Amino acid sequence: MSEEFKVEIVNPEKSFLVKDDVSEVVVPAFEGEMGILKDHISIISFLKPGIIKILSKSGDENYYVEDGIVEFKNNNLSILTSTIFNLADMDKSKQQDLLKQAEEEANKTDINDQSKYLADQKLEVLKTLN
Amino acid sequence: MASLDDLKKRIASVKSTQKITKAMKMVAAAKLRRAQESAEKGRPYSEKMNNVILNLSNGISDKENAPKLLSGNGQEKTHLCVVMTSDRGLCGGFNSNIIKKAKSYFAKILDEGKELKIITVGSKGNDQLKRVYGDKIIENISFKESKNANYFDADKVGKMVIEKFEAGEFDVCTIFYNQFKNVITQIPQAQQIIPLNNEGEENSSEESYEFEPDEDEILSNLLPKNISTQIFKAMLENSASEQGSRMSAMDNATRNAGEMVDKLTIEYNRSRQAAITKELIEIISGAESL
Repeated sequence: MSEEFKVEIVNPEKSFLVKDDVSEVVVPAFEGEMGILKDHISIISFLKPGIIKILSKSGDENYYVEDGIVEFKNNNLSILTSTIFNLADMDKSKQQDLLKQAEEEANKTDINDQSKYLADQKLEVLKTLN
Repeated sequence: MASLDDLKKRIASVKSTQKITKAMKMVAAAKLRRAQESAEKGRPYSEKMNNVILNLSNGISDKENAPKLLSGNGQEKTHLCVVMTSDRGLCGGFNSNIIKKAKSYFAKILDEGKELKIITVGSKGNDQLKRVYGDKIIENISFKESKNANYFDADKVGKMVIEKFEAGEFDVCTIFYNQFKNVITQIPQAQQIIPLNNEGEENSSEESYEFEPDEDEILSNLLPKNISTQIFKAMLENSASEQGSRMSAMDNATRNAGEMVDKLTIEYNRSRQAAITKELIEIISGAESL
């Protein structure tokens, strides 16, 4: 089908996910969620903590990310991120761990506004997961 | 000539050395496969990162006000060198090659009358450098606890470098590591990461991007990440190189030990034969004289 494009998620250790039958990807871009369809204009943006939704013929997938960069070009979507988890594989204890970490981060007083904002975001997203 | 007993002992000791080197070679070979794999898997990330930054820096309109991590702070007075070595020895020329490369760079910098600061990653580099450049080393990091190179460690180094840059402690940052080519060849590399040196790289895409938020903001977020990524890449290359280097060094050592055992065994057999002959002669000449 012509309405599909390719998505590739890489983290520093390896190529995390490659899929080429994707119809839509929703990414938590820094200035709000962004849905990307085929033939989107070339774009570079970065991510805030949130959920990446990948809609494809072979099933939908959801991933939790903490940061990253998205680049879309010639119907190739690359997502570079250092922390990513598949929601399907994430159990309660993992969630709790992340939540605790985020809480600690958000409660720090010596961080600047931006990291504070990111930590709050993280917290919010993780809470909605529960 | 050494006595028979001495020879026997030496043969035994060389043999046990050979056993150790052989075992180390096997371990290194197994580790190498894993390290090489992760080095290869890590490449897409750093390549993509580089691409994005390349596209961004070409798209940037206001070159004057570009982020300092990209364009530098206009000075070249203080150089920071991050020398990445291993925590363990017995890996052939691995560490010495990096140190050699780094030392020649240090000499050049000091000749030009510039200031030098060193961060060593890995204890072997620190051991070798502290004799000559002890007063220049400002930080020594070692990841002995981590089994494999991981991004978390790299990020720690990266954040430290950026912190120091923002505090104005240095102007130019270069990292030294071994690039893994194959098991026998590792090339020591000096890579400048601050300011980012993209010269000589071909810009493939002339396409214009949409940016959200604007270029400057993305860049200033991306560049610190890129530093960590570059350091991580160096760590991965380094760990593959270390294992490769150790493997070939241990292979050589095993072979040399084998040769030595052969030589010693011949010597042992000869002197044993000589002793027997001598005894026989003594008996025969004793019998003749009767």
